[in-house]
Amino acid sequence: MDDGGGGLRLDMNVLDYLILALYFVTVLGVGFAARRAIRTSVDFFLSGRSLPAWVTGLAFVSANLGALEIIGMAANGAQYGVMTVHYYWIGAVPAMVFLGIVMMPFYYGSKVRSVPEYLRLRFNRPTHLLNALSFAVAQVLIAGVNLYALALVMQALLGWPLWTAIVVGAAIVLAYITIGGLSGAIYNEVLQFFVILAGLIPVTVIGLVKVGGVSGLMDAVRDSKLGEAGLHAWQDTGTTANPLGAHWIGIVFGLGFVLSFGYWTTNFAEVQRALSAKNMSAARRTPIIAAYPKLLIPLVTVIPGLVALVTVKGLGAESGDLQYNNAIPLLMRDLLPNGVLGVAVTGLLASFMAGMAANVSGFNTVFTYDIWQSYIRRDRSDEYYLRIGRWATVAAVVIGIGTAFIAAGFSNIMNYIQALFSVFNAPLFATFIIGMFWKRMSALAGFWSLLLGTLVSLSLYLLYKGGVVHFNSDLEESFWGAGLAFATAVVVAAIITPLTAPKRDEELRGLVYGMGGVDLKGDVLAGDAAWYRSPVLLGVIAVALAALFYIPVF
Amino acid sequence: MSNDGQPAQDPLIDETQKEQRRSAAARLFDIRRVIGGLFVAYGVIVTLIGVFDSRAEIDKAEGVRINLWAGLVMLAFGLLMLLWQWLRPAEPPAPNEKDPGS
Repeated sequence: MDDGGGGLRLDMNVLDYLILALYFVTVLGVGFAARRAIRTSVDFFLSGRSLPAWVTGLAFVSANLGALEIIGMAANGAQYGVMTVHYYWIGAVPAMVFLGIVMMPFYYGSKVRSVPEYLRLRFNRPTHLLNALSFAVAQVLIAGVNLYALALVMQALLGWPLWTAIVVGAAIVLAYITIGGLSGAIYNEVLQFFVILAGLIPVTVIGLVKVGGVSGLMDAVRDSKLGEAGLHAWQDTGTTANPLGAHWIGIVFGLGFVLSFGYWTTNFAEVQRALSAKNMSAARRTPIIAAYPKLLIPLVTVIPGLVALVTVKGLGAESGDLQYNNAIPLLMRDLLPNGVLGVAVTGLLASFMAGMAANVSGFNTVFTYDIWQSYIRRDRSDEYYLRIGRWATVAAVVIGIGTAFIAAGFSNIMNYIQALFSVFNAPLFATFIIGMFWKRMSALAGFWSLLLGTLVSLSLYLLYKGGVVHFNSDLEESFWGAGLAFATAVVVAAIITPLTAPKRDEELRGLVYGMGGVDLKGDVLAGDAAWYRSPVLLGVIAVALAALFYIPVF
Repeated sequence: MSNDGQPAQDPLIDETQKEQRRSAAARLFDIRRVIGGLFVAYGVIVTLIGVFDSRAEIDKAEGVRINLWAGLVMLAFGLLMLLWQWLRPAEPPAPNEKDPGS
């Protein structure tokens, strides 16, 4: 995309910029105002474990609502049609509910400060270090990709030079996390959640008016290149002859089980939000509360994607302004008058910052607690680690700027990184889930499961990229990679465990199912006993709704 | 699930847990005030733009007075957030942490 093209350039006036500026000022203000609540490292990294469930829940969904997600899902909506809802209803909601009901008692109850730290307690230090390092590297890489994507949008929509946009975006995120810590990040994510919706809802509403409502949209999609298949989620999944090119087995086990459980339950950038909740009940409800907005987000991503498909002539070009990725920006350009346009641009920029902030706040915690404190400088004062955390934040953002420029050198790096790290998560999830439910699993088995599982999926990916192994699509490769990694981790655990010494029972208290030490009620607050705050009930309703939502688009 | 004793102990975790009593987290402000404030401001700005929208702008939005509607909805949402905070202020934190089981 060159700067002079201007095909996507939005006609922003001074009031639109006022709306954008007001948002930036508020975001920085939240960071500064959160500073007074930071005295210890737990205040900085985990908000002092003090936040109410609705705040952590919305931050949980917002941390994943990066613009890559919004722009990407609208693009998928235009490209694959209604099948895109699989990413939400089977690919996210069940995993979020599982995290809240089954896994959170172990995470929150054991007081671990990060996901890698759970591996240190459950298995051993090598497993821990392996996971901490790969997580840290992944986070700064993804932060760079988010930053680069932010800059691309600012360049295309607002005409800002690429490097100015990168530095401005990075500086704002740096300021509010260094100053306000995780509280600054989480509070801004909650704010971003609402601003993102305020930006997307008008696009969706006017888009629907333009095509004549839902029935008009359905008729238009039938006449589009997607055809009838674009309106069904499951109908043609007995074969791979459907827009997504995926069989229902792949959708249920690949996407719904291995990929999504891997992502949602072991990704510390997400789990961290729940660890900052004020008690066990709030921590368990965090991902479940997040599941409710997640159920409805396809309304404001998939629908605009379909509207763009039927109203923007030539959408779906290989390059240029008419790529699927520009579905939402194109609709903003065509449909929004000044005013709501400013809100929509603000929402888009907010979502980029939400994504990057989640990566950076996950990184600084893992770097400080899991790398620096565990392996480099032990037994220093809490103030020392708080200081290290602030410096780690600066380092993460600076490296993020560097990786943003690396990302700028590749045309399609976002897909690669997404695929690569979704594959990294599958062996991690396998190691976690076996370790949580099989108390005999030994520390060495944990290490080798994680390492070999990762190597298998990585090799498959490299063979695919090298042209040695063939798959129909990147998506199919990631299903197979994740599945093989999962299977490898299970087999390795089953072979190595009987040959190695188990951990003592006392060491597994609060970490493994059936070993005791998990107290679901000890820190209960007045009001948490109410039936509508029961994590199990809320979770069951969320999963039931996901199933019901499929009925009209079966 | 059973409640027979404490989870496994770890020196690094215990260290940070001990610092918990110095925590200043109780001084954190209420985010509802910020959400409410920002949306009231957005609501006022966008509603005013909507009141003075020209024909061309309304036509661009397929004949919907989107600025007016979106502005009013944002204003109402912002006021609701402020009202929620006013009616149900954040619960004051417990004076000292309970220590179950010991």
